[in-house]
Amino acid sequence: MARIIVVTSGKGGVGKTTTAAALAMGLAERGLRSVVIDFDVGLRNLDLIMGCERRVVYDFVNVIQGEAKLNQALIKDKRNDNLFILPASQTRDKEALSKAGVGAVLDALSEEFEYIVCDSPAGIEVGATMAMYYADDAFVVTNPEVSSVRDSDRMIGILSSKSRRAEQGLEPIREFLLLTRYAPERVKRGEMLSVEDVQDILSLDLIGVIPESQAVLNASNSGIPVIMDTRSSAGQAYSDVVARYLGEPIPHRFLDVHKKGLFGRLFGG
Amino acid sequence: MMGLLDYFKQKKPSSSASLARERLQILVAHDRVGRDAPSYLPQLQRDILKVLRKYVRVDAGAINVNVEHDDDREILELNIVLPESRSNPG
Repeated sequence: MARIIVVTSGKGGVGKTTTAAALAMGLAERGLRSVVIDFDVGLRNLDLIMGCERRVVYDFVNVIQGEAKLNQALIKDKRNDNLFILPASQTRDKEALSKAGVGAVLDALSEEFEYIVCDSPAGIEVGATMAMYYADDAFVVTNPEVSSVRDSDRMIGILSSKSRRAEQGLEPIREFLLLTRYAPERVKRGEMLSVEDVQDILSLDLIGVIPESQAVLNASNSGIPVIMDTRSSAGQAYSDVVARYLGEPIPHRFLDVHKKGLFGRLFGG
Repeated sequence: MMGLLDYFKQKKPSSSASLARERLQILVAHDRVGRDAPSYLPQLQRDILKVLRKYVRVDAGAINVNVEHDDDREILELNIVLPESRSNPG
């Protein structure tokens, strides 16, 4: 039985796909059989971030509608045998995702995989609600910025009322806050909400903080999940997130500005 | 010299972040009330307004209906702000 994880946020552009790709790769790197599904029907992008865009033949919607077998649509990652990608359709509209159809695909994947990572589209429409409906765990990706925090709070409300677990009165979805694009020096200057601020407002367990990093753009440019860039702060922070998710007590990093000496503070630089 | 100036500036942070925090705390609290509220609440608010307007001239913002959850009960809270009466000086 697989664990189903949704990566959600409400707001667009906060790092959902980057996170979904990193998480799936991180789990696979630990030998856990993982599949990552793009729920952004009509605007698929996960294939690009994963670097498999030229290998897409069939997609999620083809499988739901019986036009292709699941095995035909699944793309095996070239770097890791434990990782598969199920791309979204680029041509259909999001109404093609039905609750029963999505449920059937997830059931079938559950037999083969240990983790199913659902990359949610932005917004609160069908794609987003379908991505979270069957989830066991939710990563709420949030930027330290007012509109992102507000949208995250909205998603938390939807997670706790419109998911399968909520509807069936089961144990609620485990929700984790993942703060991305964090800039400690701006926090220190009072220009950016701090980790504590965002945690206070959303009252969620913090699974990690991903620092603002050029490595994220470099990774997406080249189609390599940023977690594989082990020299970058963002890559390391994502590795920590995966470890914490799997229950390892790893302290948070990248929360503070590197301390400068008195000389440095007086003379800048 | 720039570095020295920066050092003194840091003592008084330009706190747009604290402004963001305050705005969010209010907004999120408000959003959550709306989210948990029963669906009849907006209609109830309009009906009360209609009745009230038979007697007093108030605008739509004068009424505030809230439901609060306690451990073992729900409280319906109704706030009506009446306009200052002009016919009654002093």
